Amino acid sequence: MKNNNWKKILKDPYLVAGGIITGLILLMIIVGFFWMPYEPTKMNAAEKLQGASLRHLMGTDNMGRDIFSRVMYGSRVTLMIAIGTIIIGAGVGTIIGAITGYYGGMLDEITMRVIDALFAFPSILLALVIVSVYGIGWVQLLVSLGIAFVPSFARIVRGEVLRCKNMDYVENARLQGVSDIRMIFVHILPNIKGVMASSILIGFNNAVLAEAGLSYLGVGSQPPYASLGRMLSDSQQYMTKSPSYVLGPGIIIVLMVLGFAFLGEGIRRWK
Amino acid sequence: MGETVLRVSNLNVFYKNRDRKLFSKADKKIQALKGVSFEMEEGQVLAIAGESGCGKSTLARAIVGINKDYTGEIYQKYDRPQMVFQDPYSSLNPAKKIGWLLEEPLRVDKTRKWTEEERKKRVEEIMEEIELPLSMLERYPSQLSGGQRQRVCIGIALMRSPKLLIADEPVSALDVTIQAQIMALLQNLHKKHGISIIFISHDLRVVYHISDYVMIMKDGCVVEKGKTDDVYRNPQADYTKELLNAAGIRA
Repeated sequence: MKNNNWKKILKDPYLVAGGIITGLILLMIIVGFFWMPYEPTKMNAAEKLQGASLRHLMGTDNMGRDIFSRVMYGSRVTLMIAIGTIIIGAGVGTIIGAITGYYGGMLDEITMRVIDALFAFPSILLALVIVSVYGIGWVQLLVSLGIAFVPSFARIVRGEVLRCKNMDYVENARLQGVSDIRMIFVHILPNIKGVMASSILIGFNNAVLAEAGLSYLGVGSQPPYASLGRMLSDSQQYMTKSPSYVLGPGIIIVLMVLGFAFLGEGIRRWK
Repeated sequence: MGETVLRVSNLNVFYKNRDRKLFSKADKKIQALKGVSFEMEEGQVLAIAGESGCGKSTLARAIVGINKDYTGEIYQKYDRPQMVFQDPYSSLNPAKKIGWLLEEPLRVDKTRKWTEEERKKRVEEIMEEIELPLSMLERYPSQLSGGQRQRVCIGIALMRSPKLLIADEPVSALDVTIQAQIMALLQNLHKKHGISIIFISHDLRVVYHISDYVMIMKDGCVVEKGKTDDVYRNPQADYTKELLNAAGIRA
């Protein structure tokens, strides 16, 4: 049984590719906790805007900081914010979607119209509004991105709960005297974990991109601390002079998104 | 014997009319059962037969309390009647193991608290009743055949030893040999525990084997009711005759 599963995973090119890419990124982030080639905030006036070399794998930036070290640190920040966003978005979204889908009726109608209204906003714009009202900082960033991600999860979960709630096994459980809350979270949610896993991974991609986008616009993490989006925005004025500065964080963002996208696709096709 | 377990008097059940447009003059509700009355004594097997869409399942759902929109009276001597559903492929939660599913009725039992060992013991008892090996407890429903699933459904219904079991076409999704096994299982349980069974079916041959009393329904009304032998030998209503002819029991 277990062996079979492993064989199936290894045969799926999406899961293998996604696993390898995500594994490399995670490895880089974990190693970054213990060891980095240089201090990510340490400046060195003698080595400004160098190209890629053995000494500096991705070169140095306009203040002589090692880009590879900054990328290691920055992807940690980006990953944390993306994870936090997904925990808030998927958590709240799942609860809202499951409850409104299960009870239906007026509650469902009203909540879904509110969700539609949230949907009509571009999520980046919504996050920008929240950040500009409550100030800049990673907590605000996390909460605003989280709220922006609630609607899509609520929609997906609601649809799946609607599909499941009229099945015979739900009625069977109700005859046994299972309470509504237990029904939603113990009986119905395990049946939609496949759909949720793939939408969490896709949402994760969007969160990475949204964080990069917001940091690029200047409302994410503040200098001298790095995040991938921040580095992209800093580097654009040196794009022609020192392309390795732009390419470093850019490639890592692409790989991160690609790895999770492959994993998500693989899980979606699973079975 | 002799005491009434279930008395249904003048039962009308309604469904929402989903075709109705806003402001249209059509009725808001569709009446699925019209003035159904019957009584059932302890330890009886009552069969309800009739064509598709005549309200057999609606009646069952009203008795167990899934349909709440009804007028009339349903008196039950015991609470929590249990039900076995028609389609064993959709009536077991695909995300849970058989053992978990069997334990669930005990876990949510409000009348008493079951300890871990009591639950395990009860599950083993029931597995013996429904004649399945204990190794199946670790499997998922998708790894079982239709007949085995239907046994598990019966097992789940029996977990808290109900006095009234409603079987809603429990064998119509199964092939003939498995049908016979499930029928034999139901008959055994009936004899051993004296459970009253309401057996719903459209197949008059199956009905004849298991039931003491039979009730024929058409379009939400009871057409004929009586002892199975009497009804089969000497049907009164035209519709009953038609059904018996169609089943090839009377030429």
